[in-house]
Amino acid sequence: MYGGGNTFEAIKAEGLEEEDARKMAEFEGRIAQGEKIEPDDWMPRLYRQQLIRMIEQHAHSEIIGALPEGTWITRAPGFRRKLALMAKVQDEVGHAQLLYSAAETLGKSREEMLTDLINGKSKYSNVFNYPTYTWADSCIISWLIDAGAIVNQMANSKGSYGPYCRALERICAEEAFHLKYGHDSVVYMATGSSIQRQMVQEALNRWWSQIMTFFGPSDKLSVHTETLMRWKVKMASNDECRQQYLDMYVPKILELGLTIPDPLLKKNEDTGQWEYTEPDWDEFRRVINGDGPCNAERLGVRRMAEERGAWVRLALKNPTAKYVRPLA
Amino acid sequence: MKEEAIKDLLYKIADDQLILGHRNSEWTGLGPILEEDIAFSSMAQDKIGHSLAFYTLLHELGEAEPDLLAFSRSATQFHNSQFTELPNGEFDYSLIRHFLYDNAEAIRFEKLSHSGYEPIAKVATKLKGEIKYHVLHANTWIRNLGSSTEEAISRLQNSLNSLMPYALGMFELSVYEQVLIDTGIYAGEEAIKEEWLTRIQQVLASTELTMPDIPSQTPMLGGRYGTHTKHLQPLLNEMAEVIKIDPTAEW
Repeated sequence: MYGGGNTFEAIKAEGLEEEDARKMAEFEGRIAQGEKIEPDDWMPRLYRQQLIRMIEQHAHSEIIGALPEGTWITRAPGFRRKLALMAKVQDEVGHAQLLYSAAETLGKSREEMLTDLINGKSKYSNVFNYPTYTWADSCIISWLIDAGAIVNQMANSKGSYGPYCRALERICAEEAFHLKYGHDSVVYMATGSSIQRQMVQEALNRWWSQIMTFFGPSDKLSVHTETLMRWKVKMASNDECRQQYLDMYVPKILELGLTIPDPLLKKNEDTGQWEYTEPDWDEFRRVINGDGPCNAERLGVRRMAEERGAWVRLALKNPTAKYVRPLA
Repeated sequence: MKEEAIKDLLYKIADDQLILGHRNSEWTGLGPILEEDIAFSSMAQDKIGHSLAFYTLLHELGEAEPDLLAFSRSATQFHNSQFTELPNGEFDYSLIRHFLYDNAEAIRFEKLSHSGYEPIAKVATKLKGEIKYHVLHANTWIRNLGSSTEEAISRLQNSLNSLMPYALGMFELSVYEQVLIDTGIYAGEEAIKEEWLTRIQQVLASTELTMPDIPSQTPMLGGRYGTHTKHLQPLLNEMAEVIKIDPTAEW
C-alpha cells in the first residue's frame, strides 16, 4: 500500500536562487543521466525537504493504513484469509519501518516524524480517513487501493533518491502479493452468494470516490511541479497515474460483474483518455485537513499507541548510545 | 481410549495456540515500537498457523474441518487454558504472558517431537524451530526491560504476579494424563511444569524481577474442561462475525 505521498500538499519552489549554481548544475546533470543521489551527496534544500515530506507521508500512510485493515484480522472468515491478512498488514508496518529509515537518511528522526503525525502537522493518504464498514471494504482496499499504490510506487521507484528507490523496489515486490490476495478475496465474494455479492458491490460503491481521489487532485487543479519532475522526485502526474490505473483496473472490475458507480465513466476512443465524473475535490480538501469521518479516530489510536508505549521506549534507551543514521 | 486421549491433547494444544494467536494479532498497529508490532504479528501468524496444523491432525482423526473447529464452537467447547484468553492489557502484561507461555510451549514441543504418535512427532519437529525464536524474543525482552527503569521493572513484576496463577493453569491435568504418559505419546504436564519453572527462574535471575512463590499460588484451572473467563465468548463471537453472515458461503 499506500503511496501518493507527493500529492497531499502544494509545493512551493522557493529559495532555489540561493543555491550554488555550479553544484546545482552538477546535481541536475547527474539526475538527467539517470544517476541516483545518495545521502551524503550535495542536494538542494528543496529537494531534501520535498523528499523528507514525501517519504514521511508515505510511511505514515503505511501505519495508519494498517488500522482500517488490521481491525478485520480478528474477524477474517477462515484460516486462509486470516493468515493472509495478518501477513499483509504486517508487511505494511514493515514498509513503514523501511520508509522511516529511508527518510532518516535525510536528517529527520523517526521520533520527530511520528510526533508530527500525531500533532497533525504531517499528512497521510486521505483514503484512510474513511471507515471499513464490512469485511468487503477491507477486501476492496487490499485489491484496489493497493493496486493504486503499485501504480504510484512503480513510477516513484524510478526516481532519483537512492534509499527511497531501493525501499520502493522491495515494497513493490510485496505489494504484488497483496494485490493477488485482495483480488482473490474480491473474486470469491463477487462470484459467491447473493449476500456476498451485495456486500462487495456496496463496498465498491463506498470506496470508488476514494479510489478516484487516491492519486491526488487533477493536474488542472494542482500547482506546477516541473522542478520536481526534472529532479525525478515526482515521476508521473496525478492524472497520468489515474489514467493508467483506470486502463488497468476498470476491465478487471467489470469482468467480475461489479458495477462502477459512475455513469459517466467511459474511455474516449478518440483521445484514448478515460472520462469520468470529477471527484468532489472540496470534500477531499476538507477531509485531508482534518474534517473526515475517521481522522480523529485514526490519530487518536496512533496517539494512544505512542503514549502507552512511551515507558517501553524510555526503558530501551541506553544513555551511552549515540544516534546512528540508518544504512541507506 | 487412546484415540480419545490423543484428541484431548490435540484440542488443548490447538486451542491454546488459536486463542493466544488471536490476542497477539490484536497488537497489530498498536505496538510500542514498529519492530514489536511486526514481532507480535509474526508470532500471531505462527501461533495461528500452528493451531491449523493441529486442527488438521484432528480432522484426520475424524473431527470436523479446521475452519469449523475454529470458527463455530462455543466457549464451553474450547480446551484452551484461561491464561491465553485474558485480554492483552498493556505491553508489560502481554510480554509476561508471552514469556511464560512460550517457554512452556518450547518444552512441550521438544517433548512432543519424540512422541510415540508419529503424526504429532512430525508436526512438533517441524514447528519447534519456530517456537525457539518466540522464546528467544521473549527472553531477550525480559532481560532488557527486567533490568531497566524503575517503571518497567515494577510493571513487569506486577504483571508477573497477577499472571502466575493463570500460567500455572496451563498445566492442568487431563483425565487421560496417565494413558498419554504410559503410551509414550506425551511427557505429561507435571514434567513440563518442572522444567518450565527451572527455565523461567533462570531468566528472571538475570534481571531485577522476583519469581513469585510457587507453592502458595492457586492455579486458575478449568480451561481444559471448558470452563472459561468472561473474555472467551466475546473473542469467539468476534472471530466468527464475518463467517456467520453466510456460513455456507466460501470466503
